[in-house]
Amino acid sequence: MEFLHAVIVLSNFVIIPAITYGSQLALGALGVTLVYGILRFSNFAHGDTMAFGTMVAILFTWWFQSIGVSIAPLPTALLALPIAIVLTALLLLGTDRVVLRFYRKQKSAPVILLIVSLGIMFVYNGLVRFIIGVGDQRFSDGSRFIISARDFKKLTGLDEGLAIKTTQVITVITAVMVVALLFWFLNRTRTGKSMRAFSDNEDLALLSGINPERVVLYTWLIVAALATIAGTLYGLDKSFKPFVYFQLLLPIFAAAIVGGLGNPLGAIAGGFLIAFSEVFITYAWKKVLTYTLPEQFAPSGLMQLLATEYKFAVSFAILLVVLLFKPTGLFKGKSL
Amino acid sequence: MTDNIKTYLLFAAVFLLIVITGFIQSWNSALFILNMGLISAVMSLGVNLQWGIAGLLNVGIMGFVGLGGLATVLISMQPVPEAWNAGGPRILAGLLFGVLTITLSVWVYKKIKNARWRFFSILIFLVCSFFVYKSILTPGVVAVEAVNPAATGYLGGLGLPVLLAWPVGGLMAAGAAWIIGKTALGLRSDYLAIATLGISEIIIAILRNEDWMTRGVKNVAGIPRPVPYEIDLQASENFVNRAASFGLDPTTASTLFVKIAYAGLFGLVLLVLVWLSQRALNSPWGRMMRAIRDNETAAQAMGKDIKSRHLQIFILGSAVCGIAGAMMTTLDAQLTPGAYQPLRFTFLIWVMVIVGGSGSNLGSILGGFLVWFLWVQVEPIGYWLVDLITAPMDPQSPVRLHLLDSVAQMRLLTMGLFLLLMLRFYPRGMIPEK
Repeated sequence: MEFLHAVIVLSNFVIIPAITYGSQLALGALGVTLVYGILRFSNFAHGDTMAFGTMVAILFTWWFQSIGVSIAPLPTALLALPIAIVLTALLLLGTDRVVLRFYRKQKSAPVILLIVSLGIMFVYNGLVRFIIGVGDQRFSDGSRFIISARDFKKLTGLDEGLAIKTTQVITVITAVMVVALLFWFLNRTRTGKSMRAFSDNEDLALLSGINPERVVLYTWLIVAALATIAGTLYGLDKSFKPFVYFQLLLPIFAAAIVGGLGNPLGAIAGGFLIAFSEVFITYAWKKVLTYTLPEQFAPSGLMQLLATEYKFAVSFAILLVVLLFKPTGLFKGKSL
Repeated sequence: MTDNIKTYLLFAAVFLLIVITGFIQSWNSALFILNMGLISAVMSLGVNLQWGIAGLLNVGIMGFVGLGGLATVLISMQPVPEAWNAGGPRILAGLLFGVLTITLSVWVYKKIKNARWRFFSILIFLVCSFFVYKSILTPGVVAVEAVNPAATGYLGGLGLPVLLAWPVGGLMAAGAAWIIGKTALGLRSDYLAIATLGISEIIIAILRNEDWMTRGVKNVAGIPRPVPYEIDLQASENFVNRAASFGLDPTTASTLFVKIAYAGLFGLVLLVLVWLSQRALNSPWGRMMRAIRDNETAAQAMGKDIKSRHLQIFILGSAVCGIAGAMMTTLDAQLTPGAYQPLRFTFLIWVMVIVGGSGSNLGSILGGFLVWFLWVQVEPIGYWLVDLITAPMDPQSPVRLHLLDSVAQMRLLTMGLFLLLMLRFYPRGMIPEK
C-alpha cells in the first residue's frame, strides 16, 4: 500500500508532467534539428517562432470564443491551430524569401546565418510583444481534468490522488501523431526522401536533380507546423508569456544537441532526457521517500536537489557532459 | 585618408546626436546616454575582440556583465558582522568543499584510464559529495538569510573602494570564461554559442536566487560611489559659487557634475582599453589571431596552437565585458538581478558590434554609442510616430490605445530590422576592418 502510494505520487508529480514537457521539448527540438540538418544553421529564432505561432492560435481562440464556436470538452485552441500553422508558415516563408535566401545563394558560413537568425529573433520577438503584449495569457478552456485528484481518490479509495489534465493527454496524443506523421513523411514520401538526401549530402542531392528551393520550402512548412504545435501545447499546458518562450531556446537546443543535431530520432530522445532530468532534479522527493523508506529513515527536509529556478542548469549540465564526452550527440548527428 | 575623415565624421555625427538630445530633451538625459554609451562601447569592444578578431561566437555576454555587477557588491559593500557570525564560516567551508570535490574528480578522471570505471566512480563520488556539500552549506545559508532580512540578510562585501571592483569584475568574468572555454572551445562554433547562452542564464539564476550573496530579487542598493554625492556638493559653498558663475542652480549643477565625473572615469577606462586593443590588433599577436580566424587549417599548419589562442582571447574579451558590467552597476549604485535580460545585455551588444563593424575596434565603439542612442530614443520617436499615424482615429479607440501602449516594444523590432539591414547591405559595418 505504501509502495502504491509512492508510485501514484511519483506519477502525479514527476512522470506525467515530465512526459508532457518532454513531448513539447521533443517537438521544439525536431524543428531546430530539421533547420540544422537541411538549412545548415542553428536557428536562434526558433523560440520566438513558437511564440508567434502560439500568439496567432491565442488570437483566433479568443475570436472563436467571442462568436461562440467551441469543441468542448476539447480546448478551442485546437481549432485555431491549423490557422496558426498556416500564418506561421507564411511568416517563415516570407522571412526566408526576404532575408535568408540571399545568404543561401551566397553560400554564407553557418555562423553568419546564426547571426542573421539573431536579427530575425529580435524582429519576431518585437512583433509578438507588440501585438499581444508581454504579460501572461491563459487560453485553455474546455474541461480541465480527465480525472481529478479527488475523483481518483474516491474511485480507488487510496489516500493519494492522481490527476490527469486534459492538456497533458492532448499533448502526448498530438505529439505521437505529429511524430508518426513526420517520420512517415521523411521515410516514405518522395519529398521526404529528397529532404533527407539533401541533408546527407547537398552536392550529390543537387546532382541527382533535387530542387533545393523545393526542399527548403517543405522544410519551412514542417518547421512552422512543429513550432506552432509545440508552442500551443506548451501554452495550453502552462501559460503563454513571450519571454518564457524565448528561454525555452536553451532546453530545446540542449535536447537537439544531446540527441545529435540533424537527427530527428535524437531530437525526440534528447527532449525526453532533458525533460525527465529537469523534473527529477527539481522535484521535492520528501513525500515519495516517506512512503518508500522505513519509518526511521524518513527525511526531514524537502529532499529537493536543486531549486526550480536552476532548471536551466540541468539542461546545461547534461549538454556539457555530452559535448565533452560525445560531441556528436547520443545518436550520431552531423557536425559542420 | 578619406577613411579617417569618414571615421571622424561618423563619430562627430553620433556626438552631435547626443548634444541635440541635450538641447531638446535635457542635459541630464544626454549625459545618461553618454555614460551608458561609454559602458556599451566597452562591452562591444570586448565582444569585438572575441568575434571580430578571433571569430568566436559568445552569446553569454549577459553572464559576464552580471559577474561584474556581483564583483561590485562583493568588493564595495560593508560586511554584515552578524551574518558572518551566523553562517559565514559554514558557507565558506561549503564552497571550499565544492571546489575540492570538482578538483578531485578532475584529478581522478585523469588518473583512471578504464572508461567505464572512470564514469561510474566519478558519478557516485559526485552524487555523494553533492549531498555532503548541501548539508554543509544549507544551514549556513538559512542562518545568514535570517539575519535582518529586510535590510541585509546577506554576508555583505569587503567594504573596499568601489573602483577596485572594476578589475575584480574583469577577473571574475575571466575565471568564468576560462571554465567555459576549457570545455566548449575547440568544438564547433554553434556549440560555443549554446554553451555561453547556458552559462549566462545560470549566472543570472545564481544572482537571483542566492540571497546570502546578492540578496536576490530584493536588490542590493546604496553601493558606494567613486564620485561625490549631490547632497555634499550642494552643501559645499565653493561648488555653489562655481555653479552660480555658470548661471546654474546648485541642484542641476550637482547632478550634471556627478554625471560628468562618471563620464570622465568611464572615458578613461575606454581610452585605455581602446589603446590596448589597437596595439594588440596591429601587433604580431593580432595578425596571428586574424590569420587563425581567416583560415584555421593554414594557421595550424604554421604551428599555431589554435585552441589555446582561442582560449586566451575568449578570456580577454569576457574580462572586458566583466569590467563593463562592474562599471554599469557602479553607475546604477545598485545591483538588480531581476533586470538582466538577454535581449538587452547579450543580443543588443551583438547589434552594436555588427552595426559598427566586426573586426574594427573603432567601429564597435561607434556601434556602441549609436545603437545605445537608438535604443533609448526609439521609444519617444515611436510614440510620436504612432500618435501621428493614429491621430485621425477616435482618441479612445482600442486599436489606438493598444498601439500607444505597445510602443515600448518597437525598439526590439527596430533593432532587429537595423541588424538585418546592416548584415544585408553593409555586412562589414559602418567602419569596416582595414
